[in-house]
Amino acid sequence: MRSLYFGAGALADLDSLREQFNGLFRAVAGPANLRAASAGYPPVTVGTTSDAVEIVVLAPGLASDAIQVTWDDGLLCIEGERQADVQAAGNVLSRERSLGKFRRTVELPQDADPDRIQAQYQDGCLRITVQRKRAPQPRQIPVH
Amino acid sequence: MSQFSVALRKPAATQAADRRDEIVPAVDIHEDDAGVTLLADLPGVPRDGLDIQVESDVLTITGNARVGLSDEAQVVHAEWRVAPLYRRSFRLGREMDSTAIEATLRDGVLSLRIPKVAEARPRRIAVQAA
Repeated sequence: MRSLYFGAGALADLDSLREQFNGLFRAVAGPANLRAASAGYPPVTVGTTSDAVEIVVLAPGLASDAIQVTWDDGLLCIEGERQADVQAAGNVLSRERSLGKFRRTVELPQDADPDRIQAQYQDGCLRITVQRKRAPQPRQIPVH
Repeated sequence: MSQFSVALRKPAATQAADRRDEIVPAVDIHEDDAGVTLLADLPGVPRDGLDIQVESDVLTITGNARVGLSDEAQVVHAEWRVAPLYRRSFRLGREMDSTAIEATLRDGVLSLRIPKVAEARPRRIAVQAA
């Protein structure tokens, strides 16, 4: 069933792609439909190609060791903590940026290969590429 | 009173100039005796995609993000626009020294330090004993 979420169809995916957001407020207990749930922090975009799933997260101002990417039974979990800036002292005129701990979870298709996940952090963006397992190719067995 | 007011609306000139959807970046602004520190979240903006301009008393930050999925990818879920353009303007008070602004960009966070002109900084006047 799970493979349906990332099937080849374009629009069906939007409805069936599920993601769980466990932010500080734990507003959603279980997986929620993304269209219904409001987006959490940091914002995530997911795309698929025939041989990989791409996840790009806009998470500025982190040290690369402050981000944890884990895989557990088809769920990709992105966790981290953004510390307050040291230089931010004095009279506060504006405070709009998100700080503190965050956690986002993306459900991966069944053919995602947990052994081939790459994560790279650059310019405040986390890019995760999950390769898909190759479909078994038909083989001819020689008859002796 | 703060000499650094945040312009909520975009300057009219930029509205027609770029048809691309613009994102207003989140900022933290702190003021101390010597100046103002502004931190802006510009994830995906490389150093050469950043433009900071001061025109009369308006400071404008423009960031061209180069981030997105690969060309062949099919978007299945999107919480931000591919290759966003960040833009935000601020009005600088007369006490701010716009000729001495220092900017650094690191991990998608722009840090701007705008000092106050020397005359505007508070001074302690020593009281002499009579």
